[in-house]
Parts: sequence; structure tokens; C-alpha cells
Amino acid sequence: MTFSAPLEKRFARMLQSYPQKRSALVPMLMYAQDEVGSLTDEVIAEIADRLGVTVLQVNEVIGYYSMMHKKPLGQYHVQVYTNISCMLRGGFKVWDHARKTLGIGHKQVDADGRFSLEEVECIGSCCWAPAMQVNYDYHHNVTPESFDRVINELKKGGGQ
Amino acid sequence: MPELVKFKLNDKELTAEKGTLLIEAARQNGVEIPAFCYYPGLSLQAACRMCLVDIEKRPKLATACTEPVMEGMVVWSDNEKIHTARKTTLEFLLTNHPLDCPVCDKGGECELQDMVFRYGAGGSRFVEEKLHVPEQKWSPVVYYDAPRCILCYRCIRICNEGMGVGALGLNYRGVNSEIVPNKGDHLECEECGMCIDICPVGALTSGAYRYQTRPWEMTYVATPCAHCGDGCKVTLSVRNNQIMRGNNRDASGLNGEFLCIKGRYGYDFTHSAERITKPRVRKNDELVECTWTEAIAAAAAGLKAAKTHGVIGSTHTTNEENFFLQKFARQGLKTPHIDHRRSADFPALMDALAGRPATPSALATSRDVLEAPAVLLIGNNPTDQHPMLAWNIRTAVRLRKQHLYIVNRASIPLVAQAEAAKIAKAGEEIEELERFRDALAKEKDVVIIFGSEVKGADITKLVAFGDTLPGHTRYIALADNANSRGAVDMGVLPDLGPGYQPAAQAGMALDEMLAGNLEAFLIVGANPARRYLIQAGKAFVVVQDMFLTETAQIADVLLPSAGPYEKGGTVTNTYGEVQRQKLGLLVNGAKTDLEILSLIARAMGFDLGAANAATQSNEVFEEIRRSVKGYNIAAAALWTGSAVPAVTLNGAVPHRDRPDLIASSNDTLFTSGTLGRYCSALSAVAEAKERKNPEGIGK
Ligand code: SF4
Ligand code: SF4
Ligand code: SF4
Ligand code: FES
Ligand code: FES
Repeated sequence: MTFSAPLEKRFARMLQSYPQKRSALVPMLMYAQDEVGSLTDEVIAEIADRLGVTVLQVNEVIGYYSMMHKKPLGQYHVQVYTNISCMLRGGFKVWDHARKTLGIGHKQVDADGRFSLEEVECIGSCCWAPAMQVNYDYHHNVTPESFDRVINELKKGGGQ
Repeated sequence: MPELVKFKLNDKELTAEKGTLLIEAARQNGVEIPAFCYYPGLSLQAACRMCLVDIEKRPKLATACTEPVMEGMVVWSDNEKIHTARKTTLEFLLTNHPLDCPVCDKGGECELQDMVFRYGAGGSRFVEEKLHVPEQKWSPVVYYDAPRCILCYRCIRICNEGMGVGALGLNYRGVNSEIVPNKGDHLECEECGMCIDICPVGALTSGAYRYQTRPWEMTYVATPCAHCGDGCKVTLSVRNNQIMRGNNRDASGLNGEFLCIKGRYGYDFTHSAERITKPRVRKNDELVECTWTEAIAAAAAGLKAAKTHGVIGSTHTTNEENFFLQKFARQGLKTPHIDHRRSADFPALMDALAGRPATPSALATSRDVLEAPAVLLIGNNPTDQHPMLAWNIRTAVRLRKQHLYIVNRASIPLVAQAEAAKIAKAGEEIEELERFRDALAKEKDVVIIFGSEVKGADITKLVAFGDTLPGHTRYIALADNANSRGAVDMGVLPDLGPGYQPAAQAGMALDEMLAGNLEAFLIVGANPARRYLIQAGKAFVVVQDMFLTETAQIADVLLPSAGPYEKGGTVTNTYGEVQRQKLGLLVNGAKTDLEILSLIARAMGFDLGAANAATQSNEVFEEIRRSVKGYNIAAAALWTGSAVPAVTLNGAVPHRDRPDLIASSNDTLFTSGTLGRYCSALSAVAEAKERKNPEGIGK
């Protein structure tokens, strides 16, 4: 398979950047996931082939990282943080609110494929806890109210 | 001389070779540092933290499995800090480990049990519910129980590095981590079971053995494998005259850690429902069961009535049986017509090397392959036809940087390990060697290994080529079966007697016998009817076999013989290493081929010695030691389980070249000639259907 022209260019550059080709595995998976929507069997086989590793080895890496997905996520992937700092500052309140508002649970996608939800550990934003991340955007000091504002904004078509 | 360094372990002054890992240095000095993930010969993992030691001036404990010993190092492996660390590590390992030792296959021989017994804490602080996931069947022979897994990565490494297969990985993380097979929910691999043997706990279990018995209920018999010509030692676990398991319990054989699927699972022919256990004679054109007395009398009478005889020996029976068989033919029946199915041209090799000294020998052993700086492999596909050889080569390339050169008619899996490989047209292998001349001339010593593709005059040319190399060149000819070499050494050939001595009178070769007008045949443990048309009814045929093979079906008298795991004796692998076969169990009704032959001999009034059934194999072996050139080997070493090379390089070997008779049966990992058809475990694995040797191999 081939990826979009800009991504192919990026991959070509990456393959030159490391003493061992396989070092490009994680970034390649992330970029491919962003473009294709998820890490399909086809994507996995292609990347394994390009890097000279086995499909099994690629799967080992995907299984290890929670940010890599083999099934498509929603258009907006909402991640709510509940590790210690977030928990102490109301992370669970946000998490409960998120499930109720979006009508979906941990690692689920809503019916029209717009939102998916995931409870996660830590993004290093403890000083502004509780934190939340939508795709690549960070949101700090989240409350149920600010959560609603963000979601409504997205429903109107904002965000990346 | 390697440089030695001084270090202190538990207040004792010790020395070790510079660069030795602390765990090994301690072991060499008699101190055990407990370990799970460390495994000699495999890459370092440092995953289990069981080997922690206290090193002076280090703030934290260090892993002895990754720490090279240094001059002046001061180390403790036995203080309060270490005891606590070990207890904690074990407590962690047990948090999710099910305490199902009473039913676990590994109970009694489990490294985790032993460690907890010796180093563990009395109690556990973990009161939460254990995470349980169901067991998985990865293939008919490999099962995985994730909760028992301690994530030591040994299985992954043995499959990647030792087997070169790479079928196992580790997926997910933290408490959910587990070993995964390459095809998601099942394995596609060589099904060798090496991963099961190396697993320290009961996480990987064998489909043939799981939940069958307890380790302490069995007796253990270490004996050469019944299948290929490599002669691995396999440990049979036997209970009540039944083989419960094949594995590599003490790794004391010439195969080290290794066993392929045939050695590990291919013992089941022993208990096959198709075994014949009653003699049969032909009456009104039908084979009907009878008593041994009747069958032996019928065989003797038929053989006596015939004026000409052909005798066909086996590549699976013992040296004693083949030696006695040729004696039976030459001295008893007084026929020169004796042969077997040949797969390597040993006479041509011994002839080409005639006159060379016994030491250093021009013949290489299996150990020499491991230690050789360079190997030249011509023909054959060892990965399938000689799995232990392939393992040895991979090991030597990995650990000793051995250089492997390959000339073959097709690309074979070992090309992945090769320094250089050339594809040659059939018959042009020897010319093709010229391309390696410069590279080989730079190697210190080369071991040249060749398959059945190289035979007759090509062997002379090959040795001439080897002679031009500067180092000490040694040779190995690859023959198919467990005692293919022994059959040749014992003189089951029309032109050669035992020890490569010319036969008093040359006889007909296999194809000539079967096409001729001989009046009677004696066929022991061979199945020539698979390849040749034997006209039933024309000649009187006596067959000794375990199964109703194509040949057995045309017999006039069929005598059920005991299998290789059911008798003593010796066998010689393709490298010429002699090993003692041990009696593992008895199968009711069958007799050893040696006993059957001596019964017929007695009934025919031949005086061939060795009449006492209980001691005859030892007596025949003594006769072999006394009379067969090259077989006067150290009996004590043999009797204590070592493999002892026969010294078969003597004078010139005037032989009749029949290169057309030399062919490999091209077995894969999942076939083993006629014998393999009765091993259900080999055909049960999915890979068996697809597996083929590349086109053109072994012709
Ligand atoms: S059976 Fe052998 S080839 Fe298959 S996974 Fe285990 S070690 Fe690897
Ligand atoms: S299955 Fe056995 S060998 Fe493999 S990681 Fe687990 S405990 Fe170690
Ligand atoms: S390599 Fe040969 S001798 Fe060794 S276990 Fe396999 S079949 Fe048996
Ligand atoms: S043996 Fe050293 S960490 Fe496992
Ligand atoms: S007894 Fe140790 S894992 Fe089963």
C-alpha cells in the first residue's frame, strides 16, 4: 500500500534518520494511524515490510502503547486523565460527567463515529489538573462546565 | 591465555576470566545466584530481577546476569538486603500466579517452585483477586497458560535466536502482559517445542503430555532419537510401559538443548494402534496370525528350501542387529546379496580419505561443527533433513561468528545465516566451489558438509578441492536415518563387509536383487516395496517389521519386531558418533530384530553365536569391538552415555560406485520415511501439509 504523498515524503526522510531502520517504527505508526484512522492489518504489514521487522514485532509495540489503536476511533478522541493529581482535583467528576454526556464508556465510540472516550493515566499536566486531551489538543483545569463548552464547540465543527 | 581478574564474593577472594558475567563467575566458583531470565547462550534480558547482588560503592542492587566481573570488585550475593530483595521479587511474581501446582504439569520440576521454596517469603501481602485469563491452544503440541507466565522472555529468545523462527512475542503491558504467537491466536512455526522445554514454569505446556501424569511417577530413559541421522539424545518419560513424554531433561546429549518435533513428539509410533504384535504366515494367500514357534519354523523352512537369497537391512535397527544380519547372510545363508537403502556415499568418502591419520581426523563430529571457524555446506536442507545440524550451525554463527558458505540447487533457510551462498545447477556443485576458493583459503579450518547430491567421483573431486585449502579440512556426509551410517559401517552392502573391508564375494545391489530371480528374501526393518516392485508370489519373503508396510503386506512370514525405544544396542549417527540405545519399555508381543534373527538362525542350524536373548546385544557389541575396524571404541564412555566417534578411516576402500542408488528420502521436519507415517503427532500439526523441501534438494 502507499500513503499520501506528503506522508510518503516524511517516511522517506525518517528512514534516513536512524542508524537502524526499525527505530522509525513508533513515529511511523503514529503518522499512519493519523492518516488512515487506525492501524489496520494492511498498515501493519506494510510498515513491518518497510522496516524489515515481523508483523508480530509491530504488534508487540502497538499492544504496549495505549495511544495506538487497531480499531477506528471517533472523529474526536476524548481522553480524560484520572491519575493521582487529576483524581485529587476532581478528575473522576469530569470522567463521570464525560460518560454521561457522551453516552459512551471507556474505549467506546458513539453511534455516528463522532466521539470516542478513554480514561487514561497522565499527560504531565499535573500543575493544571484535572486535564483532558482531545486528539492532540490539551485542556487544563477541566470542570463539567468547561467540558461541555469544549464538546459543544467541537459539535459545531471546531478543533483539529 | 585469557586475562584473569580478582574479585571478592561474600568475603572470599576469587578469580575469573575478565569479562565473565558475575552470575557465571559465581557459578564457576560454586556459588549459586538464582535467576529466571538469564540463560547461557541467549541474549541478556535482565527482566526478572531474581539475580540481584550487592556491589560495593553502588547505591542500588545490580543484576548479576548483566554485570561483567571487574578487577577488585567486591560483591555480596548473600546478605540481608539480598534476602529481602529476593523475597520481594518472588512475592511480586506470585501476585497473579495461580497456586495450581497440584495440577500443573510443571509441579515437581518447576523453577518457580524451587525458588520460592529456597528464597521465598512465608506469606504474601497480596489479598486482591488474581487476574485470570483462560489457557490458549496455539497448536496441537503447544499450549499457553498466561497466568502462570513469569515473563522471562526465554521462549521468545530461544525461538528467535536458537531456532531462527521468531514465532513468539510479548504483547500488552503491566499486569496484562502476555506471550503471543505469530498468528494472533495460533502458531505457524517449526513446532519444535523448544519453548516448552525452556519455560521455567508451567506456562507453556506440551499438547502430548499436559495433565497426563506427575513427574515423579515416571522413569527417565535417555536414548538416541529414532528418526534422522543426527542422533540427538531424547529423554523418554515412561510410566507403566508407556512413553508419556519426550523431552530434553538433562541436555546431556550431543544435541545440547536441542530437539526437533520428531525427537520430542515422534515417539508415538511406539503405541500406534497399527503396531503388529503377533507373527503372521501366509495361508491361502492371506496373512493369518500364528504363534512365534510356527512363524519361526515357517521362516526357517522357506529360507532353507530356497537356493538363492537376498537380504535387505535397515537404517533404523541397531549396529548389533545389522552386524548380525550380514553375518546371517554371509555365513548362514551363504549369500553375498545384501544391501540397504543408501542415502550417503560413505564408502566413496572413506576411500577418498584413505591413509589419513586417525588424529587429527579428516572426519568431523557434530561437536566439530559447533566449534569450526568455517563451514561449507553443499546440497541438503539441514533445517528439515538434519534439524540438529541446522541448530548447531545457527548457534555457531550466532555465538562464535562462524562463517557459513552454501552451495545448493535452491535457496534454503540456512542462507539467512550464510556469509555467502551460490545456487548451482544439478551436478555442477563441485565446479561452483571455485567461486568460494579465495574466501575459503582465508579461513582457518573448514568443515565440509554435503548431502546426497555429492556422491561417487564428485567426492574424490571434493576432497581434492579440500586438500588445496590451507587449514585442516574435515568432512561430513549426511545420511537420512538414525542408523544409516551404522548400516554401512556394519557391512550391510553387497561389496563391503563390516569396517569397509571388501566382501569375500561381491553380491547384487538392492535394485539388482529386486529385479532378479532370487528365490527368497529376508527384509529387516526396511520398506523397499515403497520404491521397487517386488513380485509377490515369485519369491519367498520373510519380513521383520513393526507395521504392515507395503513390504510387510507381501510377506510370506511376517515377524513383529520391537521399536528402537524397546531395545538396547548401539547406533551410529551420520557423523560416525556411536551412542548406546537404552531399553525404555517393552511392547507385548514384539521381539527385537536381533532375537528374531537368532531364533531363525537356531532353527536353521546356523552357529552364529549370541544365543542368549538377554545378553546377546552386549555379546554382539563385544564381537563388533573385536572384529570391526574402527569400532574398538571406549566401551566405558559409551556405557556412561557419551557419544564416541568410530575411527572408520583406514586403508583404501575398493568399492563399486553406484551413485544412482544414493538418494535422500527428503524428509521434512514433519515426515520420517515409513516410520513417520505412524507418528500421529507429526501429521497433526497444520504446518505438516504445506512443508516441502525446495525443488531439487537431495536428488
Ligand atoms: S515450537 Fe519451536 S518454533 Fe514454535 S514457537 Fe516454540 S520454539 Fe518457536
Ligand atoms: S511462557 Fe515461560 S518461557 Fe515464556 S516468558 Fe512466560 S515463563 Fe518465560
Ligand atoms: S534432529 Fe534428528 S535426531 Fe535430533 S530430534 Fe530431530 S529427528 Fe531426532
Ligand atoms: S536473571 Fe538477571 S534479571 Fe533475570
Ligand atoms: S508448578 Fe510452577 S508454574 Fe506450575
